[in-house]
Amino acid sequence: MSIHELKSQALSSSAVSQAIGEAFRKLNPRWMMHNPVMFIVEVGSVFTTLDAVRLLIEGNASLFNFTLQIAIWLWLTVLFANFAEALAEGRGRAQAQALRSTRTETMARKIGPSGTIEAVPGTQLRVGDRVVVAAGEIIPSDGTIIEGVASVDESAITGESAPVIRAASGDMSAVTGGTRVLSDQITVQITANPGETFLDRMISLIEGAVRQKTPNEIALAILLAGLTLIFVVVIMATEPFSIYSGAVVSMTVLIALLVCLIPTTIGGLMSAIGISGMNRLLQRNVLAMSGRAIEAAGDVNVILLDKTGTITMGNRMATEFVPMPDVKESTLAEAALLSSLSDETPEGQSIVRLARERFQFTQTPADLGNAEFHEFTAQTQMSGIDFGGRLIRKGSSKSVPAFVKEQGGSLPPEMDGEVTRIGRLGGTPLVVAEGDRILGVIYLKDIVKPGIRERLQALRDAGIKTVMITGDNPVTADTIAKEVGVDDFLAQATPETKLAYIKQEQAEGYLVGMVGDGTNDSPALAQADVAVAMNSGTQAAREAGNMVDLDSSPTKLLDIVEIGKQILITRGAMTTFSVANDVAKYFAIIPAMFVAVFPGLEAMNIMHLTSPESAVLSAVIFNAIIIPLLIPLALRGVRYRPVGAAVILRNNLVVYGLGGLVLPFIGIKLIDLVVTALHLVSLHP
Amino acid sequence: MTVTGVLGILVFAAVLIAIAKPVGLYLYAVYDQRRTFLDPVMRPVERGIYRLAGVREEKEMSWLEYFLAILAFNLVGFIVLYGFLRIQGALPLNPAHFKDVGPHLSFNTAVSFMTNTNWQAYGGESTMSYLSQTMLMVQQFLSPISGLAMILAFIRGLTRRNAHSLGNFWVDLTRTVLWVSLPVSFVGAMVLVALGSPQNWGPYVTAHTLQGARQSIAQGPVGMMNAIMQFGDNGGGFFNMNAGHPYEAPTIASLMVQLILGFSIPVGLTYYFGKVVKDTRQGWTILGAMMAMFLAGALVMYHAEALGNPLLAHLGIHGANMEGKEVRFGPALSSLFETSTTAVSWGSTAAANDSLMPIGGLITLFNMMSGEVIIGAWGVGLLGMLAFAILAVFLAGLMVGRTPEYLGKKIQAYEVKMATLAMIVPTFVILGLSAWAVTSKGGLAGIYNPGPHGLSEVLYAFSSGVGNNGSAFGGLDAAAPFYTWTVGLAMLFGRFAMYIPALAIAGSLVQKQSVPESAGTFPTHGTLFGGLLIATVVIVGALVFFPALALGPLAEHFALWSGHVFGGGA
Repeated sequence: MSIHELKSQALSSSAVSQAIGEAFRKLNPRWMMHNPVMFIVEVGSVFTTLDAVRLLIEGNASLFNFTLQIAIWLWLTVLFANFAEALAEGRGRAQAQALRSTRTETMARKIGPSGTIEAVPGTQLRVGDRVVVAAGEIIPSDGTIIEGVASVDESAITGESAPVIRAASGDMSAVTGGTRVLSDQITVQITANPGETFLDRMISLIEGAVRQKTPNEIALAILLAGLTLIFVVVIMATEPFSIYSGAVVSMTVLIALLVCLIPTTIGGLMSAIGISGMNRLLQRNVLAMSGRAIEAAGDVNVILLDKTGTITMGNRMATEFVPMPDVKESTLAEAALLSSLSDETPEGQSIVRLARERFQFTQTPADLGNAEFHEFTAQTQMSGIDFGGRLIRKGSSKSVPAFVKEQGGSLPPEMDGEVTRIGRLGGTPLVVAEGDRILGVIYLKDIVKPGIRERLQALRDAGIKTVMITGDNPVTADTIAKEVGVDDFLAQATPETKLAYIKQEQAEGYLVGMVGDGTNDSPALAQADVAVAMNSGTQAAREAGNMVDLDSSPTKLLDIVEIGKQILITRGAMTTFSVANDVAKYFAIIPAMFVAVFPGLEAMNIMHLTSPESAVLSAVIFNAIIIPLLIPLALRGVRYRPVGAAVILRNNLVVYGLGGLVLPFIGIKLIDLVVTALHLVSLHP
Repeated sequence: MTVTGVLGILVFAAVLIAIAKPVGLYLYAVYDQRRTFLDPVMRPVERGIYRLAGVREEKEMSWLEYFLAILAFNLVGFIVLYGFLRIQGALPLNPAHFKDVGPHLSFNTAVSFMTNTNWQAYGGESTMSYLSQTMLMVQQFLSPISGLAMILAFIRGLTRRNAHSLGNFWVDLTRTVLWVSLPVSFVGAMVLVALGSPQNWGPYVTAHTLQGARQSIAQGPVGMMNAIMQFGDNGGGFFNMNAGHPYEAPTIASLMVQLILGFSIPVGLTYYFGKVVKDTRQGWTILGAMMAMFLAGALVMYHAEALGNPLLAHLGIHGANMEGKEVRFGPALSSLFETSTTAVSWGSTAAANDSLMPIGGLITLFNMMSGEVIIGAWGVGLLGMLAFAILAVFLAGLMVGRTPEYLGKKIQAYEVKMATLAMIVPTFVILGLSAWAVTSKGGLAGIYNPGPHGLSEVLYAFSSGVGNNGSAFGGLDAAAPFYTWTVGLAMLFGRFAMYIPALAIAGSLVQKQSVPESAGTFPTHGTLFGGLLIATVVIVGALVFFPALALGPLAEHFALWSGHVFGGGA
């Protein structure tokens, strides 16, 4: 069972019944202590229960009935909060269970010091050990391939069934313990000690064993504890005031008022919001190494996006042959075709396609015979073919002219103009030469991904600056940047310039997010505040990032930012709602408490609740049932739309602030009608 | 309510808004060391003071150093004042031959004037020698400056980035005395004397009334003391009945001048704040929220007072509630003054608050219980409001999907902890001491009116103490040892429970990097944020007192209107 299959299980009946059981287990005061708000409610529940028992013994049937119901609803308040937390945790637990089943005890073939191979349990492998893994075997632990190529089934982790290629050296060398080799044989150097592997971390993260409170959660918890403390004092002072005023207020009513006033709604749902946020990320196949990272994602002001793969399609396509004045276009096309027939890169293939489309060439690689093929390298910056005495080269606008000069040729004056023109259009010019003659330029066009413009615009509306990272020259980069609408770009980027750019943005107070895969991204990833490493990337990149994208999708960062914001918004909305609720509860309970001694206070009973007892009970019931009613919202998260903060604030203030002010008036009134109709308590005013 | 009355209150509010900018700009020039027209006179004096005192002007302080400097300054002020009061009988300038002030009263008074509360458990003209009055006046010059210095330091904390220091307290103190307190109170005193207040050092005059009785008419340096008393939002007037006394506010014009003096620095500070944070909208928003609450309070009180007492109406006496009011001021001006004195926290009164209608009393209580942030005294009012702004930003700020930030500074656990502390302690002290007072023998003995009104009196005393307001509801034996000590403690807690967390927040914020503003930034200006700020003050700051208020003024109000009264009276 993979993570994907678990997505829809959150609210299934078995998950619910499991969460109910868990809600009772969490009543243990030692557990409740973690949440001061709900702990106070539990203490209140105990006291009211004892009060009810005392009234039963005294034979005060009417008050017993009232107190018992209050006690029941207070217990339910605690249970509802526990249930919300358990439900959120339950989702994660099922996911962890699925992962754990893949971490079966595997035997590893470890290469001994003398080169001999010995079988050891996978759990005994340590950093630096080398193991051999052949087709059909499970990779025993995390590592880097140092020899060989293999196709690997990573579905246990990513849920993606198509195998992926992993090879020594390069950016695809990392393998994960628990995944299965499907073909070939590889030698792997282990990079994680037992208990620290990717899978181990993933399981413990999901299970919440290492779930630490995020900075905002800590700050909010302090505020909620402070508010709770204030209300405890308010209630403690209310008793002497009532004694002075000659009012008799029972402890049960005081506790009911206390529970209604302290922020139980957010207090009860806070951990569920955090856990479900983590789960939502997991559902999108992102593994955050800490809650802090998710929260930082919501705060990100600048994100660095790789041009290739994120903004444009991975490959550039040949769209035009531009011959030099005294060269026929077909001559240029043929040379380009010949030099590209053995070129397996997408760019090379697109040149072949274009040449065939325009001039119906029929040559195939077989026609080349014993031609010598020069592969493209970072040093030469060109590729080509030596074939039947013809030296055909294609490459950058620096390397190919250099080659032509070396051959004794001269450069046509038109070449530079064409190169600049194509660069300005956002394309990549490929110069083609044969021997000492420049034939022309191929226009390789970047294809912008559909929909990326809109996503970048959405980010800008949310106040996030987008920066395109590219190896292109500044002219080309500028054109693409304008076309897709990024705010800034970093052209001819190197690991050093990336790192410097991030540091500079951070010095100005921005939080920077980026995606990376290669080892040379590691310094930048380590420096960025939110660093998403691709699962397909190197071990170094994965170590440097604070999130891993199991899908290795470069646009995932945008989703992550949204989820980060959503968690904060949900938390803020529930807090505002919770605090705003207090107003109505005051108006329900205060008149009820004191109307006996000051009959005039009935005027403040603006909801016209039937009796003091029904008023107090209705407020307590409302306070309790609002928690389960909001569980779906807590688990799903408040919807985030990428509009400016001012608009979001206005909308959410209307819904959760004003709504929080008004809704309890209606809710308490409705509950009071039901309480009255059912004669649950004394209706004597 | 009359149209003239309502218009008068609105015009007054407009005047306050109009003076905010010029006052704010002047303060900006003074504290940002720009040129002012007083520089040729004051700058040499300033330099001389630093040389004498050994203050290095450019040396800045960390938040703790700044706090310790304020603390030391206050402590010395307390000890000197306490000493003078205890031996007043042996000192000169005592034409009325007053005896030494007792230890309870001296403690209470010294704390009161040190904390800018000016709670007067004594009657000035019947207890204090001229020398003692002058010593009180010295504190009236100095104590508001502690509050002002606090806000200067706090604003520096908000605006500086990656820094460690919050300014130099001695420089802030000296510049305030030389550029602000002295010149304004000098001119103010001249104006008040011109408007009829006495200013002399002579003995009290004995008059023979038409009935043939002998009456001692108190006088003294009234004009000068009143100017700084109002300007510094001190409130410790020369006479026991403050502005109700014809020598303190001989005419309506004199009263208006005093009102505007009292408001000037607090409203000017909001503009100053906007100016320093380089976004004047921030300052206007804060002032807007303050003015909205102030106007609501003034109009509600005016309405309640103008409506009058229903029980008297049953007896055929119609019209506004004039009990405890000066006939020359009437209900509108009295309501304006009493709302102002509790909102701006100067604490001198022009009417007897004890005799306000219950709703009027409720407004005065609300103004103080909300933390003296509705304009508030020098610095501390704005400081309290900024603490509420931080809470509002934190409560609602998460809703825009970012870590809450105020003016670019991230509001994190430490700031929330301190802001919560600043909110908790005053609530604890007001409720705790009030609860103690209404259940203990000592406390109950001092309550002159039984029933809900008595509870209002007790709540008022401690709210006034904690809010460093200093006005009294009356009806309470404030000079009894129980109240001199408990109110004394309330004043101390109210002052320092605010100072320490506020400076700690400033000390933490000043070290932070500032996040540049963008479309994703939570907007802390405009009516939306103003409304949010008001809601936070009302729900988080004031509503916690709802149970207490229900048993006090609200119970009294509803009882009154249903014809019920609470008998007795001492």
